[in-house]
Amino acid sequence: MKREFILTVEDVNKTFDGFKAITGLNFYLDRGELRVIIGPNGAGKSTFFDLLTGRTRPDTGRIEFGRDVDLTELNEYEISRLGIGRKFQTPSVYLEHTVFDNLLLSLKGSRGVFATLFQRTTAAQRDRIGELLQLVRLEAKRDLRAGQLAHGEKQWLEIGMLLAQDPQLLLVDEPAAGMTDEETHRTGELLISLAGRHSLIVVEHDMTFVKQIARDRKVTVLHQGSVLCEGSFEAVQGNPKVREVYLGRGKGGA
Amino acid sequence: MHPVPEAAPLRRSLLRTLPRRFETQVLVAAAALMLGVLPCLNAFVPDGSWLHVSDFSINLYGKYLCYAVLAMSVDLLWGYTGLLSLGQCLFFSLGGYALGMHLMLLIGKLGQYHSELPDFMVFLGYPRLPVHWVPFRHFWFAAAAVVWVPGVVALIFGFLAFRSRIRGVYFSILTQALTYAACLMFFRNDFTFGGNNGLTDFKFLLGHDLRQAATQRGLYVSTGLLLVATYALCRWLTTTKFGKVQQAVRDSENRVLFSGYATANFKLFVFVLSAILAALAGALYVPQVGIINPSEMATEKSLEAVVWVAVGGRGTLVGPILGAIGVNALKSWATRAYPDLWLIFLGTLFILVVLFLPGGIVSLPARFAALRRKPPAAPPHP
Repeated sequence: MKREFILTVEDVNKTFDGFKAITGLNFYLDRGELRVIIGPNGAGKSTFFDLLTGRTRPDTGRIEFGRDVDLTELNEYEISRLGIGRKFQTPSVYLEHTVFDNLLLSLKGSRGVFATLFQRTTAAQRDRIGELLQLVRLEAKRDLRAGQLAHGEKQWLEIGMLLAQDPQLLLVDEPAAGMTDEETHRTGELLISLAGRHSLIVVEHDMTFVKQIARDRKVTVLHQGSVLCEGSFEAVQGNPKVREVYLGRGKGGA
Repeated sequence: MHPVPEAAPLRRSLLRTLPRRFETQVLVAAAALMLGVLPCLNAFVPDGSWLHVSDFSINLYGKYLCYAVLAMSVDLLWGYTGLLSLGQCLFFSLGGYALGMHLMLLIGKLGQYHSELPDFMVFLGYPRLPVHWVPFRHFWFAAAAVVWVPGVVALIFGFLAFRSRIRGVYFSILTQALTYAACLMFFRNDFTFGGNNGLTDFKFLLGHDLRQAATQRGLYVSTGLLLVATYALCRWLTTTKFGKVQQAVRDSENRVLFSGYATANFKLFVFVLSAILAALAGALYVPQVGIINPSEMATEKSLEAVVWVAVGGRGTLVGPILGAIGVNALKSWATRAYPDLWLIFLGTLFILVVLFLPGGIVSLPARFAALRRKPPAAPPHP
């Protein structure tokens, strides 16, 4: 009896010019799960996200979304339309557009060249944007250009833009980077509140933050392109192999 | 997490500093001056009056307006989509050649050799009109070719470039290579487009004599109408969701791509549209200057168009128009007063704008306003 995962990654390998970025990676994500991935620099976290979102293709292996959608055959925008949203490490929002327009462009809907020429903003869309603004606490900044936002606010806006697409799976790369402690904590709460309705994979370095959002959830440690270990935050933290990987390099980690 | 002082608000437009109502009035007044007042002063005020606008001037202004449309097409790509094309004059020239072929065939036996064939064909020993020239006898065929030939070239080139994800400076280099290659091809006598002399000595268009002032005035007004239409189109486009996606591609293409938009299609649409706009400008340019030859495709011509946009104000609608007219008026004066120094002027102007006025001419009023508000101006953000 096969369990239904929202994401199934099996025996995936990816080599760049002889450098093995991902080797024999296996990864399964339950629907509605929030999973944290940690790992030292160069562990393959970004490449992993690139593989999931169609930026690069695996040399070998299987990546499936839901029951039988093969992600290795699709490109970035097709994968996005399936309901996989990706947040980049450095906030990437449209600096010259207002906060409102940033969200408007991200809303679910037709995305063809000719459709966008004649599309009007509907009342339902405005309402949805209003909800999103509330969720990411940017109601007061609705009409500001995104370029005028503080760094943390840009990160939040980008999360709002992901949610506007109403994705099933969110890939979030270091959301707390460059945030104050308070902002980090609130970001954590937001992500936790999304779990269940959405599935999430969060890559993070900040161990306080990882501890906050992982709680009793599963944490995956990536090392040299494959899974070093998986388990609760405490189990992972106490794992001698993990300690060696982190401390052996003399930096990073707790 | 310091709020970064940004130069961007300055770059917006001169019109932003004016009330919105005022903006429309200024634009309508400018259009009325261009389309109504100047042609009337040319047609009805007697020669010798200080109000008279000479035939030479009307012809010159018509050229400027063609350049203004060309500049808008460059800005649609560069300013609004982030695609710096250094080969926009290729499309301008293709439009010019398409109409030029029709004009050549209208000369008939009035040419130097009194032959049905265009002069250069007689000179180069063509036995008969090449097959692809034949349908250009019909004005509507030529007019359609003005649009579809550059459109198809842009479609094919753009499709290949954008599908291969060629971006940034690599895209610029490729567009420059494309226009250079075309330029070399058109220079060849056996390419059937008149070699380095190109097409010239035009006599008629739609039954009107091109050497008459009224015809030239009509061409001038047509160019003005094209400019107004281009402005209206670009203005509409930038307010649509398409326009917002287009500007988002400029600011963060990855975000757009990962938001489910096939960015290549959006870029392709803009590339083809701006090629067609440039071609229409080229088609109106040729009967006004009376010649089209491969030097119009030379890479420096396209670079000049980029300079106009930079000087006027990239990413604004009015900027390219002001830049094209301003720089060319300066050129007309400088090439007469200091013929050897013109390129040095142009280069200096470009460097000064890039260093001290990145928003171009249109950002000047906002700059002055900022100066007046707080006399010691804040240091510009690097």
